[in-house]
Amino acid sequence: MKRRVVILGAGPAGLAAAQAALAHGADVVVIDEGERVGGQFWRHHDTLTDRRLQHQWARFERLRGALERATVHASTSVWRVDTEHGVRVHALHGPVDAVDREPLVIDADALVIATGAHDRALPVPGWTLPGVTTAGAAQALAKRDGVALGGRTVVAGAGPFLLPVAASLAQVGGEVVEVVEAAGARAIARGWGRAPWQFAGVAGKAGELGEYALSLARHRTPYRIGQAVTRIHGERAVEGVTIQRVDARWRPIAGTERHVECDAVALGHGFTPRIEAAIQAGCAISPDRFVVVDARQGTSVAGVFAAGEVTGIGGADAALAEGAVAGFAAAGGDPADARMRGPLAARRRMHAFAARLATHDIAPGWTAWLDDETIMCRCESVTVARLTAAAGAAGSSRGIRLATRAGLGACQGRTCGRSVEALLGRPLGLDRRPVLSSVRIGELAACADEAPAASADAG
Amino acid sequence: MRVIVIGAGAIGAASALALAEAGAEVVVVDRAGVAGETSSRCEGNILVSDKGPGAEAELAIVANRAWRALAERLDADRGPGQPATEFEAKGGVVVAFPGGEAALGAFAASQRGIGITANEVDASALRALEPHLSPEVVRGIHYPDDAQVQPSLATQAMLARAVRLGATVRVTEATGARVRAGRAIGVETPEGPIEGDAVVNCAGPWAGEVAARFGARLDIRPRRGLILVTVPMPQRVFHKVYDADYVGAVGSADAALQTSTVVESTPAGTVLIGSSRERVGFSESNTLPALAEIAAKAARLFPFLADTMLLRSYHGFRPYAPDHLPAIGADGEVAGLFHAAGHEGAGIGLAPTTGDLVAHAVLGVPAPIDPAPFLPTRAALREEAA
Repeated sequence: MKRRVVILGAGPAGLAAAQAALAHGADVVVIDEGERVGGQFWRHHDTLTDRRLQHQWARFERLRGALERATVHASTSVWRVDTEHGVRVHALHGPVDAVDREPLVIDADALVIATGAHDRALPVPGWTLPGVTTAGAAQALAKRDGVALGGRTVVAGAGPFLLPVAASLAQVGGEVVEVVEAAGARAIARGWGRAPWQFAGVAGKAGELGEYALSLARHRTPYRIGQAVTRIHGERAVEGVTIQRVDARWRPIAGTERHVECDAVALGHGFTPRIEAAIQAGCAISPDRFVVVDARQGTSVAGVFAAGEVTGIGGADAALAEGAVAGFAAAGGDPADARMRGPLAARRRMHAFAARLATHDIAPGWTAWLDDETIMCRCESVTVARLTAAAGAAGSSRGIRLATRAGLGACQGRTCGRSVEALLGRPLGLDRRPVLSSVRIGELAACADEAPAASADAG
Repeated sequence: MRVIVIGAGAIGAASALALAEAGAEVVVVDRAGVAGETSSRCEGNILVSDKGPGAEAELAIVANRAWRALAERLDADRGPGQPATEFEAKGGVVVAFPGGEAALGAFAASQRGIGITANEVDASALRALEPHLSPEVVRGIHYPDDAQVQPSLATQAMLARAVRLGATVRVTEATGARVRAGRAIGVETPEGPIEGDAVVNCAGPWAGEVAARFGARLDIRPRRGLILVTVPMPQRVFHKVYDADYVGAVGSADAALQTSTVVESTPAGTVLIGSSRERVGFSESNTLPALAEIAAKAARLFPFLADTMLLRSYHGFRPYAPDHLPAIGADGEVAGLFHAAGHEGAGIGLAPTTGDLVAHAVLGVPAPIDPAPFLPTRAALREEAA
């Protein structure tokens, strides 16, 4: 019988995993929350999308074409991954607000976790005003729907992702007033200016970044480095921002404040890997909160592989390479196989690129731009002052959560969790959850009579 | 008198508060901080409805009264920014499905015999109390004295008050015992020893482990319980409502999974759905069967829940004693060592009176109730832990 490989996520890593697993003769099942495959990187709409905003579209079309031989469950939310008696995935098919979602229970011989990342915005005083979104949300609006976030947008945060966001906004007719990058000139020179021969191997990546730089130049958008938006102003909506120079630890430098008028702010300070499914599957997680994988992209749990941003933030090209290796190995393939040479070489190159991305890693001094009234947890409106008071009283992590309600609202800490942890300087365990996505009590009840999972080799 | 309390859960907090109020100098030691484990992973039950005649019922009746006074004191004496205990004297409604009505009636009658208010309600009165209850329910008993607190906040409030009376809280682990001339005088921690004149073991499901570090024996084991939390909604559950089969599960010694339905609203607008009991050590895995079974039974009790979205779920380890009675009082062998543990799912409700019994045992202040049935020297707790 064919080996069944279930892949969570249909972004670059998941699609590459599917293609490689199919090439090795596996029975492949791909599950994704989105209506269409492609993930965040190839987020698109059949008619609204401006193709000029998409990259490597031909590659996407090839990967999507390969899925004809796979089972694809789109609009499907995985809510539970059990690995105790073989791999079993529980999911629900249909829009979350539908009352008659179809339950899916899929047993697998191997699982590839390619759940990606969501973008992260650090809290800033005023960030709850209408007109402020994450850079990823601004990008999604532009890319999928062809809509600019505002008339005059400040794009601020850290990392090369700010550049395509600015370019997309300009492409769909918005004005980008400034792009504000927290990493300083010295850090950028150290991270990107050295060993340019490694870059030769990622020509596509360099070309892509060059294209964005040209777009900025064409639109006369200043690209400020070593600076941050430290306050967002407005009565009912965004009216302007304070931009300040920050030091190497991202602490704002007093006396460098400038005011810039704008009506929208897109904040992107990096990405948070979506590791909840991997945690539930029992996979070892590194101290910096990524899934630990070996050279075959195998996790600490037999039969469970991971690829893409969940294993380290590296961008789409790294995800494509890792996904291919993971899919091939999950299907029972030998990584020494000649067909893996290309992906393994690409993975090496892209990991060198990923190491450069660390230039833009969030530095701990950012919390200095918060004030007591800044809201950290948006679902429950929990301020900096409340969190620090609760932590002061010998609070335990659960005690702090229950006393302040931080992370207890609708998003369950997906948005605020890491920022709250950074503020308090301790982990709160918000990414451990017995149920991964929204499930109704009745839907949960429906699996009460279900047969126990078979052992992995019986699938 | 300087007393070291191991554990900053509800029992440790209540003991610290009672000791501090009686004039002792108290140091609370907990590796996770205040309310880090069981007391932040439970429902905050203050129940008389689930207690059949016996020593635990007597303790529950006294503790129920004590909570009313304590919650008022804690809420009145709050530090800036400290949330309220969310004490609610909401009352409980215990219901039976067909086949369970006779057992429920007999149980309620036995409770009336020891002074618990257990009012028989007819069908229309039951609908008035809980309009969204399943029409399948055939009998209901109303227990007006059942109450609820937010257990983590109540624990934090008790300790905050103890601290205002001079107690200190040390977030560090009691890794070893300090024993001098056969007498417990303190604990070893990674940050150095903490010494005093007596040690109180309030380590909940870890109390057996802590006792062993002092060379004492106390058979307390973890029993895992799961709770489901729905998204917030307009209030549709008005009491603590549970299926009469809960009483059977509490009293059972079976290691296998048992579930019974307990449903209630919280001031945050969420609905808490319990409960399960299974003895799986401190394992965190294989929770789905319990989640599914709890969900199925809850939807039977309140059909509207079937379409309600689950927000999260969590589990806690209840400190389980083989004879279902807490262990409160002096250790039989190690002088200076006291225990207050093994309350299983009733620790929040029994906390204030447990604290008073600890103060009685350690300081000799008057006891609110006969301490004899709860003494850790009873035979059932001195077996080798299985």
